[in-house]
Amino acid sequence: MLLIHCPCCGVEAEETEFAAGGEAHIHRPGPDCSDAEWATYLFDRKNPRGVHLERWRHAFGCGKWFHMARHTYTLEVYGVYQADELTPPQAILDRIAERTSA
Amino acid sequence: MTRLAEGGALIDRTKPVSFKFDGKTYQGFAGDTLASAMLANGVKLVGRSYKYHRPRGVVTSGPEEPNALVNLGSGPTHEPNVRMTQVPLFEGLEATSQNRFPSLNADIGVLNALASKLYPAGFYYKTFIHPRVAWKHLFEPVIRNIAGLGRAPSEADPDTYEHQYAFCDVLIAGGGAAGLLAARKAGEAGARVMLVEQTERLGGRMLVDDDAEIDGKSAVAWVAEQVIALEAMDNVTIRLNTCASAAYDHGYTMLYERRTDDRKGTGPRHRLWRVRTKQIIAATGMIERPIAFYGNDVPGVMLASAVRDYVKLWGVAPGRNTVVYTVGDDGYRTALSLHAAGHKLSAVLDVREDPVGMLVEQVRGAGIKVMPATGIGKVIGGKAGVTAIKTVSFATGKDDAPLDDSIPCDCVAMAGGWSPVVHLYSHSGGKVLWDAKLAMYRPDANFRPTDGSGEGFVHAAGGANGELQTQAVLKSAAEAASGALSSIGMTTDTSAPTVAAVAEQPMQPTWFTPTQGKASYGGKHFLDYQNDVTVADIRLAAREGYESVEHAKRYTTLGMATDQGKLSNINGHAILADALGKAMPEVGTTTFRPPYTPISMGSIAGREKGILFKPVRETVMHNWHAAQNAEFEPVGDWRRPYRYQQGNEAREPSIHREIARVREAVGLLDASTLGKIIVKGPDAGKFLNMMYTNMMSTLKPGKCRYGLMCNDNGFLMDDGVVARLDEDTFLCHTTSGGSDRVHAWMEEWLQTEWFDLKVYTANVTEQWAQFAVAGPNARKLLERFEGDTDLSGDALPFMGFTDGVLDGLPVRIFRISFSGELSFEIATPTSYGPALWEALMSKGEDLGVGPYGTEALHVLRAEKGFIVVGDETDGTVTPHDVGMSWAVSKKKEDFIGKRAMMRSDLTREGRKQLVGLLTTNPRRVLPDGAHAMSADGTRAIGHVTSTYYSPTLKRSIAMALIEDGQSMMGQTLTIGIDANSAAKAVVSSPVFYDEEGARQNV
Repeated sequence: MLLIHCPCCGVEAEETEFAAGGEAHIHRPGPDCSDAEWATYLFDRKNPRGVHLERWRHAFGCGKWFHMARHTYTLEVYGVYQADELTPPQAILDRIAERTSA
Repeated sequence: MTRLAEGGALIDRTKPVSFKFDGKTYQGFAGDTLASAMLANGVKLVGRSYKYHRPRGVVTSGPEEPNALVNLGSGPTHEPNVRMTQVPLFEGLEATSQNRFPSLNADIGVLNALASKLYPAGFYYKTFIHPRVAWKHLFEPVIRNIAGLGRAPSEADPDTYEHQYAFCDVLIAGGGAAGLLAARKAGEAGARVMLVEQTERLGGRMLVDDDAEIDGKSAVAWVAEQVIALEAMDNVTIRLNTCASAAYDHGYTMLYERRTDDRKGTGPRHRLWRVRTKQIIAATGMIERPIAFYGNDVPGVMLASAVRDYVKLWGVAPGRNTVVYTVGDDGYRTALSLHAAGHKLSAVLDVREDPVGMLVEQVRGAGIKVMPATGIGKVIGGKAGVTAIKTVSFATGKDDAPLDDSIPCDCVAMAGGWSPVVHLYSHSGGKVLWDAKLAMYRPDANFRPTDGSGEGFVHAAGGANGELQTQAVLKSAAEAASGALSSIGMTTDTSAPTVAAVAEQPMQPTWFTPTQGKASYGGKHFLDYQNDVTVADIRLAAREGYESVEHAKRYTTLGMATDQGKLSNINGHAILADALGKAMPEVGTTTFRPPYTPISMGSIAGREKGILFKPVRETVMHNWHAAQNAEFEPVGDWRRPYRYQQGNEAREPSIHREIARVREAVGLLDASTLGKIIVKGPDAGKFLNMMYTNMMSTLKPGKCRYGLMCNDNGFLMDDGVVARLDEDTFLCHTTSGGSDRVHAWMEEWLQTEWFDLKVYTANVTEQWAQFAVAGPNARKLLERFEGDTDLSGDALPFMGFTDGVLDGLPVRIFRISFSGELSFEIATPTSYGPALWEALMSKGEDLGVGPYGTEALHVLRAEKGFIVVGDETDGTVTPHDVGMSWAVSKKKEDFIGKRAMMRSDLTREGRKQLVGLLTTNPRRVLPDGAHAMSADGTRAIGHVTSTYYSPTLKRSIAMALIEDGQSMMGQTLTIGIDANSAAKAVVSSPVFYDEEGARQNV
């Protein structure tokens, strides 16, 4: 069970206090988009064995959504960042590069 | 009796204990396990194997035991598949043998063994294939009857169990020499330490294999010194009878504590600990391996280490005349301990050509015959135990070997080498390496299980790290402690006590012993005792192409028994490697999955059973409903009155009575469970335009609008009435089960997609009690309250609302209706709910007021053709499908679900559409979910979504989703009832009553 740090309320808590929300940074196209674009938005998700940027919600805590960069196999957490950030902060990208370069 | 005259470190000879096995009374001593007590009574046959029902005896002295499984206790405390080696003996203990009929001694299941050629590896797929029909009617019932081990208990368990949470810096699993030293170092460094040990004693093998001196003291004295030092440290917690069952992600560790299995003491029987630890030191030791030879399962054939455990710990000699069969020096320790106890040893058989060294010389010096390059070619004996063995020379080097001398004996001690217990290291991703010299998988320090920061958090120490010599065990423990402590910013040195011990010679890995006739058709060489998997089975699997170790496991069931292959896996994998001509690491190992040993179902449930299983939500009126004899039904987590029973009234008359009250007088419904979410802010209207399919921003303050909520697939997910309280504030009603989900849904969009909108939400569902006052007399009833609120149709029209006061109670009155009648929904702060309800009841007595439940509500709404999300919808239904295109805005640029509704599948012809169904026989009520058939009867074209007998219309009504149903009005459909009958129904509008809405709009 993951130990997760909530960047909104600052609590470090058990995974059971949180709810996973799937892949992060998915663009929601407008109603004028093509069927293919809409299908991509609805259904196409990454499923990497490796680094994954994902959404989490502190469901049984402060209720806030946030982002987490996590390795799906080793379960290493590279960092958490706010839900309104459209890309991971540079510090997290640096951490990912450092930890996955070996 | 095989109890020795003296000795037995764990037993108290002054405290005799009597117990029963299969109805017969035996005596043991306090400190015995059930296994040691049975052996002390000379009982060798204790169980039957799973497949062949072969007679089996105790093989081990610990949790790895595959054979000695019993039913423990009786009645409500009955527990199946308990390992006798882990059962502490207590006065009055009752155990029965398993997997035998009619008795352990005369088991007819043994016929399976006679027909064993019918049950090769993969027999389910081979033997019982033809004829096909025989599987269902003959094979499966018979197999089900004889399969399985213990009997499941049939009564509720009266014991209590609990979960406990703990935190520590370093968790040390295993209280042997390595665990004690690591705990001492970590404790002295100031770390918060938990030391857990699965048995009731600390010291591990040091208590038995005490030939080493540590820091000039005997091993036993050194252990005692460590225990005293640890017990004096406040930062160290020691838990005995506690197994580190599993290590999960990020240091989450599960411990299984058996507290009162000896039926002494109070409190919970078992505890499941959930421990968050920064570091784990796995000092879990090793398990000795059996050796595969013909007849290695006859009762009396045991692990050599277990034999000397019984001698030294419990003062029991499992045999009076023992043969030791060993692949290295370690088996000689068993010979020496039996010799010291005054027992005879016929021979020590050693697979090595030239056994030398101190232990060997000590054995020879004791006058015991040592036979080099010799194995056991065959065990002679039966259910009464071993009577003799025949030797075989390893010089022949092949399967088909001539057998040599017969040596009489009543016990065989197998010393097949040791396997580190790497389970805890492997549970969350640690890798193991094959050490060919020691023939064992050892933890690979380069691939530790890692924590959230990617750093290794499990450190293997001592035997678990593959160390066999005491000096190396302690050195490894010191290094593990140092590694664990430095990871958390603490330090210790890596010094270890000095050990003086006999030097040992290398072992010779041996997986198989030749015998007369090939193993495939000669005697059985067992690998997995519990599941009866033999060397021949593994070889057959390899020949038939099951080359992957995971495939071979499933094909043969190797390691799939309750012992999870603790004794059998490594041996089986070695046999597979040999059969495939591969090296061990190429074959690999199966996955080590938690828990390490079986844990009780009770401990998993903990306290969360009965009323504590799942929280229940009750409205403020719950006790009133209960006092009125309400029958409750679950709606989400809520309990709502389904109906109110008067006297012995059956269901239907009571529901019809409640419906008539609403249609003819006035009824009260506790609608407090409806979700109520405040959406507030300058962008609230804009936000709700996205959340609902309708336009919400144009709603006027003081007005209500019924809204539909879809997901981005375009499918209905919730509905409810939205009231605009003021320019910036909306109150959104949701379904009773949907309030938390809808609130979370709104928050998700606000926080993750439209975080630029100035809106906040609050779920105020439980802050308000809300009652529907419905029926022709509703207004009359409310006008009897004191207050200046004008309730006339002009002042408060349908779909309007107002804040007001009723008899001094603050209320908000909505003119909304789910029954189709003149209806006021009155919300008041929750604590005023009972006062308002009681006032409504007392003031309306002469108007015929009374409560109605959810079933009456459902019939009332079905008569009106109102949908229920979850009845008429199933996650694949759009607003258009249920005839609610009017609630889908065409003007809005976007809303959730808009784009999806343009997709081809959602706009195509032939989608299921909501219609009404009127059965040609008006008394016939269709079954819920019944299928409508196509005209040619070849396929289902839809299904019934709601179906009732309407007392108002005095006929059956139903709603259904039918392909192109809107264009089938007036047609007669065939509705399947069951395999042999069908009903006819005419397609109609789903609105059965007051189609123009005149009754609610007054």
